[in-house]
Amino acid sequence: MGPKIGVVTFPGSLDDQDALRAIRLCEAEPVPLWHGNDTLDDVQAVILPGGFSYGDYLRCGAISRFAPVMTEVIKAANLGMPVLGICNGFQILCEAHLLPGALIRNDVRVFVCKDQDLRVESADTTWTSELTRGQEITLVLKSGEGGFVADEETLHRLEGEGQVVFRYINGNPNGSYNDIAGICNDRGNVVGLMPHPEHNVDALTGPTRDGRAIFSSVFNFLAAKV
Amino acid sequence: MPKPEILDPQGKAVTGALARLGFAGISVRQGKRFELEVDGELTEDRLAEVRRAAETLLANTVIETFNVRVEELPASSVEEDQGEPAEQAELATQAG
Repeated sequence: MGPKIGVVTFPGSLDDQDALRAIRLCEAEPVPLWHGNDTLDDVQAVILPGGFSYGDYLRCGAISRFAPVMTEVIKAANLGMPVLGICNGFQILCEAHLLPGALIRNDVRVFVCKDQDLRVESADTTWTSELTRGQEITLVLKSGEGGFVADEETLHRLEGEGQVVFRYINGNPNGSYNDIAGICNDRGNVVGLMPHPEHNVDALTGPTRDGRAIFSSVFNFLAAKV
Repeated sequence: MPKPEILDPQGKAVTGALARLGFAGISVRQGKRFELEVDGELTEDRLAEVRRAAETLLANTVIETFNVRVEELPASSVEEDQGEPAEQAELATQAG
């Protein structure tokens, strides 16, 4: 069995089971984590899954960010533990200030659910080392508040420091500034993206298996570390 | 309120609806308003605490600005709701 990867379930999480399944399919050990716990159960990486945690009340991710488990996630992330936020998880990471910027309502004002083409902009993160810069992949995108926004200075820094990890191509589905679909922190261990790699790990349930590389990236990183 | 440089899709939708209803030349940006009731006297310390609460949770200062406005609760509603007149105050926290 590969490394232990935790997936946090908040009240209202939707894709926690798919994330756990993806980890299993990619031959690592999935560990369910509960939002109310104050321990990470010795996992080596954490995934914050998609969904509508705390009903998206106040702002997406605003309340989840203060769940007891998040204190531990923030601490671990700052020590270098790989953390991936998918969709609602991305929103939580922004609210927790582990990632800059914020996600707001789609400019098209409707929920968008589609197979989304993306370009990998950085392979220098813990979660994308198995991908290649410039590579084009397709992942499911399903979100109502997926518009990435930040001030000029932050955007400039993200672009300049290579912290834009994924970019929408063949059309911007939600008004994200600079077509940004995913970013990382300056260290590259915390990554957030709106599309769903966990829905793209087997041919039966996704348009591609492009999501696998994201999971195998972190497994290889952890294996190399030991 | 959403900061000026941040897109406001909700405000845009409302602007469009107003135009369709004949309210021409009106542009809307949409924020949020929270009403907080504070027990006891509203001291400077308490007010600072409320500002901290707004900054910590109620507003996302990455994309929003907020201001705090203090209002006295109408005496009649204080009596009905709390049975303690005068010292109670209502806070309107305007957060975007």
